[in-house]
Amino acid sequence: MARPKLPFEFLVALRFLREGRMQTALILLGVTGGVAVIVFLSQLISQLQATIIDRVLGSQAHVVMRPLEEANQRALNDPASIAVIEPRAQRLRSIDQWEAMVKLAEAQPRVVAVSPVVSGPAFALRGRASKSVALMGVDADRYRRIVKMDGYMTRGTFHVEGTNAIIGIELAKDLGVTVGDKVFVRAAGGRDELLQITGLFDIGNKDLNRRWVFTTMKLAQSLLDLPGGVSNIDITVTDIFDAQDVSERLQAGSGLTVDSWMTTNSQLLAALRNQTVSNNLIRSFVIVIVALGISSVLVVSVVQKQKEIGILRAMGTSSNRIMGIFLLQGGLVGFTGALAGVGLAWGLLQFFSSVYRTGDGAPLFQPQLDTGIALSAALIALVVGVLAALIPARRAAKMDPVQAIRA
Amino acid sequence: MTAIVSLRGLRKSYGVGTPVETEVLHGIDIELAEGEFCALIGPSGSGKSTLLNLIGLLERPTSGDLAIAGSETAGLKEQALTVLRGRHIGFVFQFHHLLPAFTALENVMMPSIIEQGVATADAEAISRDLLLRVGLKGHEHKKANQLSGGQQQRVAIARALSRSPRLILADEPTGNLDTHTADDIFALLREFNRERGSACLIVTHDPRLAARCDRRIELVDGRVAHVSSA
Ligand SMILES: Nc1ncnc2c1ncn2[C@@H]1O[C@H](COP(=O)(O)OP(=O)(O)OP(=O)(O)O)[C@@H](O)[C@H]1O
Ligand SMILES: [Mg+2]
Repeated sequence: MARPKLPFEFLVALRFLREGRMQTALILLGVTGGVAVIVFLSQLISQLQATIIDRVLGSQAHVVMRPLEEANQRALNDPASIAVIEPRAQRLRSIDQWEAMVKLAEAQPRVVAVSPVVSGPAFALRGRASKSVALMGVDADRYRRIVKMDGYMTRGTFHVEGTNAIIGIELAKDLGVTVGDKVFVRAAGGRDELLQITGLFDIGNKDLNRRWVFTTMKLAQSLLDLPGGVSNIDITVTDIFDAQDVSERLQAGSGLTVDSWMTTNSQLLAALRNQTVSNNLIRSFVIVIVALGISSVLVVSVVQKQKEIGILRAMGTSSNRIMGIFLLQGGLVGFTGALAGVGLAWGLLQFFSSVYRTGDGAPLFQPQLDTGIALSAALIALVVGVLAALIPARRAAKMDPVQAIRA
Repeated sequence: MTAIVSLRGLRKSYGVGTPVETEVLHGIDIELAEGEFCALIGPSGSGKSTLLNLIGLLERPTSGDLAIAGSETAGLKEQALTVLRGRHIGFVFQFHHLLPAFTALENVMMPSIIEQGVATADAEAISRDLLLRVGLKGHEHKKANQLSGGQQQRVAIARALSRSPRLILADEPTGNLDTHTADDIFALLREFNRERGSACLIVTHDPRLAARCDRRIELVDGRVAHVSSA
């Protein structure tokens, strides 16, 4: 055995920890468990939230501009019922000067993609089957940056021209058609057209797989009796949580009705927010409990080590260095526990991601650990360890060396 | 001859400002010369340990002057006292007071580790040599509590000597050892005192050992009652 290599404070802190085996093991277990719970929960919740948001936004534009809704205000002269607003019967309308509106949207900061869409209700007919669908006239190059259709295609590519159409797999099944077959589409106004199916998509949402029929803008305009017009403008923004901001500015700038996904899904957002709040609550409790654990074990250790502290003082150790030794013990326990805790959380993630799967067998969440979450948990544990050691360390520093030596 | 320890009118009270305030030392005047080998004797409760702790800068006197190696200690801050203690004073206590988590060698090196911040090769060489001198070759890597009482006291002496202090304070270093072992330990202290010139102040209840010192200072009820030279 060679002479010890560590600096004095480290050497003594480590030996003290090693000497108090059972205590050290217990306190480490506590920190490990606490950190694992925090990391695991945070990881799980952030992943689940990301997955939910991903699913929601997988088939939805971040921001949508629509014509101003016409509304009749009933009994205008009755102030009591002024808030009762009744929309008129649905009638497709175009956005006035939509090209200018597209330019306006494109000029906004934080806007990534803009796609005008001609959409409206129609029926898809084949043989005796008749299905209600939503006609979506798009410019494929623009629209694929709103909804990532390329990733959803099961047959063919996301590309529309002439009288070609791309439909969802559910509609294809309902009508008994596939790529190469023809479908008759009739719009509400009575105009109709025979479309050639060139692609199938599966967007991960049965309802949309059953309803969406993509064609060119031109074809949709003529079927829906909307010559040269578009019914809405879809927009993608850089950060999904900027959507509300961007939408409010666009509303002010355009005078159109502009909605972000955050208003259309406000209940979901509120639920996610509540989840985050309860997660933070759990985290705070765990941190406080871990801190109390470290603190109480070290307080006991200071009393037990009274004699050693006295000896060290008699040999020329200042009270500040004694304090350092105990702070270091807190930090070491916190840090080691954090490493073990992150490891345990990783193990838990592996285990639960293999146990819990979605209906179609895919894991409910990914077993990867976010380095940011792991690092911040480790850092918090280190800081909490040192802070928790503060009271015991000050007690140790104040200890009268003579008291210890006389005993 | 210069004095390593110089006390003038040293008083110590406990419980100052409380109803149970008691003065334990009532004005002590002592000088200890460099290299002197001196016994501190007296009945139990006469204040021997208290005096030793004051000289060792572990406690502060209530009044009076105390100089160590020529430095007056009255105005010094705790930090400065710690430095002075580390540099000049080695302690040997009655109950060995080794660090149980460390080996014999590490215990001997500890004063140097405290001063230098880490264990140096020099310190290791000096400590190994000291353990050899106190007859503990082969026991270097035993934990302190794996050694017998006499062996532990030898380690404590080696530790007190490890930085060649100018003053060694020993409070009943042979107090709980059998006569034979006590003689060995005492002989070791005497040997190092002659060899290195470290002054020793030894509290002892054993008249045989006291008789073998250069000088005997007797405390009775917190006062110097008698001083005799060999
Ligand atoms: N912290 C303290 N508070 C109050 N009184 C104290 C304290 N420490 C020591 N005393 C008292 O001071 C007196 C001297 O004690 P001290 O330990 O110096 O005696 P001693 O000569 O070393 O005795 P012994 O030979 O038994 O070791 C005793 O009466 C003791 O009760
Ligand atoms: Mg005593």
